[in-house]
Amino acid sequence: MSLQAEQTRAPAKREGSPWTGLWAVVAKEMADHLTGGRMRILEVLIVLTAAGTVYAATQNLKATVGQDPFIMLRLFTTAQEPLPAFVGFLGFLIPLVAIALAFDSINSEFNRRTISRVLAQPIYRDALLFGKFLAGLFTLALVLTAIWLLIVGMGILRLGVPPSGEEVARGLWFLVACVFYGGIWLALAMMFSIIFRQPATAALASIAVWLFFTVFWSMLVRLIAPILSPIQIGLPQEILARAHLELMLSRISPNTLYTEVMFALLQPNVRSVGFVLPIQLDGAILGTPLPLRESLLIVWPQLTGLIAATILLFAAGYVLFQRREIRA
Amino acid sequence: MNDFVIETSGLTKRYGDLTAVDNLNLSVARGEVFGLLGPNGSGKTTTILMLLGLTEPTAGKVRVLGLDPARQPLSVKAQVGYMPDEVGFYDELSARSNLAYIARLNGLPSSEARRRIDDVLARVGLADVADKPVATFSHGMRRRLGVADVLVKQPKLIIMDEPTQGLDPEGARSFLQIIRQLKEEGITVLLSSHLLHQVQEVCDRVGLFHQGRLVLVGAVPDLAQQVLGSAYHIWLQADGPAASLNPALQSLPGVVAVKQEGPDRYLVEATGDLRAEAVKAVVSAGGRLLGLDVRTPDLDSIYARYFQEVKNVAAS
Repeated sequence: MSLQAEQTRAPAKREGSPWTGLWAVVAKEMADHLTGGRMRILEVLIVLTAAGTVYAATQNLKATVGQDPFIMLRLFTTAQEPLPAFVGFLGFLIPLVAIALAFDSINSEFNRRTISRVLAQPIYRDALLFGKFLAGLFTLALVLTAIWLLIVGMGILRLGVPPSGEEVARGLWFLVACVFYGGIWLALAMMFSIIFRQPATAALASIAVWLFFTVFWSMLVRLIAPILSPIQIGLPQEILARAHLELMLSRISPNTLYTEVMFALLQPNVRSVGFVLPIQLDGAILGTPLPLRESLLIVWPQLTGLIAATILLFAAGYVLFQRREIRA
Repeated sequence: MNDFVIETSGLTKRYGDLTAVDNLNLSVARGEVFGLLGPNGSGKTTTILMLLGLTEPTAGKVRVLGLDPARQPLSVKAQVGYMPDEVGFYDELSARSNLAYIARLNGLPSSEARRRIDDVLARVGLADVADKPVATFSHGMRRRLGVADVLVKQPKLIIMDEPTQGLDPEGARSFLQIIRQLKEEGITVLLSSHLLHQVQEVCDRVGLFHQGRLVLVGAVPDLAQQVLGSAYHIWLQADGPAASLNPALQSLPGVVAVKQEGPDRYLVEATGDLRAEAVKAVVSAGGRLLGLDVRTPDLDSIYARYFQEVKNVAAS
């Protein structure tokens, strides 16, 4: 029969690019994010935090203008009681924004029953999921860049010093780290939005994971490390091994990775984010700044770790979404 | 190469132990309006999803417009419009923006998209509210927007799942009118429904689903003959000797049974519309014709009879 004949001629692989329609999805989702009330609230929150902390920091820094070659970077890291430094705030504002952007990305399409209508268009599911993820990442990058520019601008106005090329470069790398730190939470929230039908459940699950890593993980590490690496006699090797284990375990948390990257990039005189034995400091001139290249080298594993975790979480969500039955 | 828009052979879909669609062989010709009928859970929606490549078949072959939806989904979906049973829109966006998104997903250039969107919105009578958010729309308006949404891509085949569900009679009537227009334009329409009299009005052929199987296919009168035996019921009111009228009617070719329902009333069950022949028979048998009426077969009775038979078979 003709049907059979045709079957043999049909191509074995699926046709067309999985990215067909990707940019249409990205444009639509970004427009939604940027006009939605949810993002407005978060933007106001971030701008207020930035204004408050940076104002406080400039009060503090005015005294040292002219002595510090990295005065602009200090804007981010200087804390003035009772306010913590801006980067401290960012550590939990970024996850908050990322989760808010993604916790209802897929389940709301199911709940509004738009998913079958959208997937009946000539696009693959890949484009829908990746488009939503990219839109979230771009929105996050846009917000963070805007804040970054605001802070630098405020710094120039209040301190009267333009940033040096080195400072700008460090600031941009810091921005990249922030975006991928957000990417982890974005991919996580998106994965939960595929697993859970209810947006509220997905949001709660994402926040639970975030809380676990910010609050409980460091406690757990202190519980687990003595079990895995007991100190029996009190030899220096044993103490060192325990400390190393604790550090490695704590690095499972994206917060630790992010904090380490932040430190090395924004404080050029940071020489190591791990342990330094006195013997390793032989010949080092303490307090002198490292060039950007060296600072990047110190936290390169952390930076790639952030990116890898983002990709892994997205891949997990991707597999779950591909297997999902579309019928509601 | 052939004139079948939809062709399936041995199409099967299982979810675990449950067989949602069982060995389906279906052909829908170009320009036809085909109705998929059946109770809820009989496999209509699953079949539709397989036709669109949104669900992979467990076994069997599907061809839509000569393409395999599982392997060439983009080409299939570019030419097939699908209106789901509960069509959803982005409530905070306007009708126009909702359609614009669909147009962009179809890769239409924006000027062309704008022209088509204006066209289809006018066609379904939503031009006045094009820029209002969909959240303010009534159920009927959403349905019509659903049609507009399907028409934006100018499809060759339109698949509608329960299109008239939840519509008021007026809304349903104008909806059926739209389907008739689509047919006139040469668009093939596949619709699923359990509102039988509406399906009967617009469909050229129907297929009856029962527990994942397509148990009956054909035009409504053919099905009537198949299920009810005799499809046409002709009522006659005639004066005259029953003894001569009765055999005269009975001897007509195509008559299945003649029942006398009153002193001058007869019910003729026939396989075709035999009104003219019956009148002639009455007159030539010496009777005077007083009244005549015919009831064409309707899908409701076919449906009811079929499932009654199925139940009887199951019980025995």
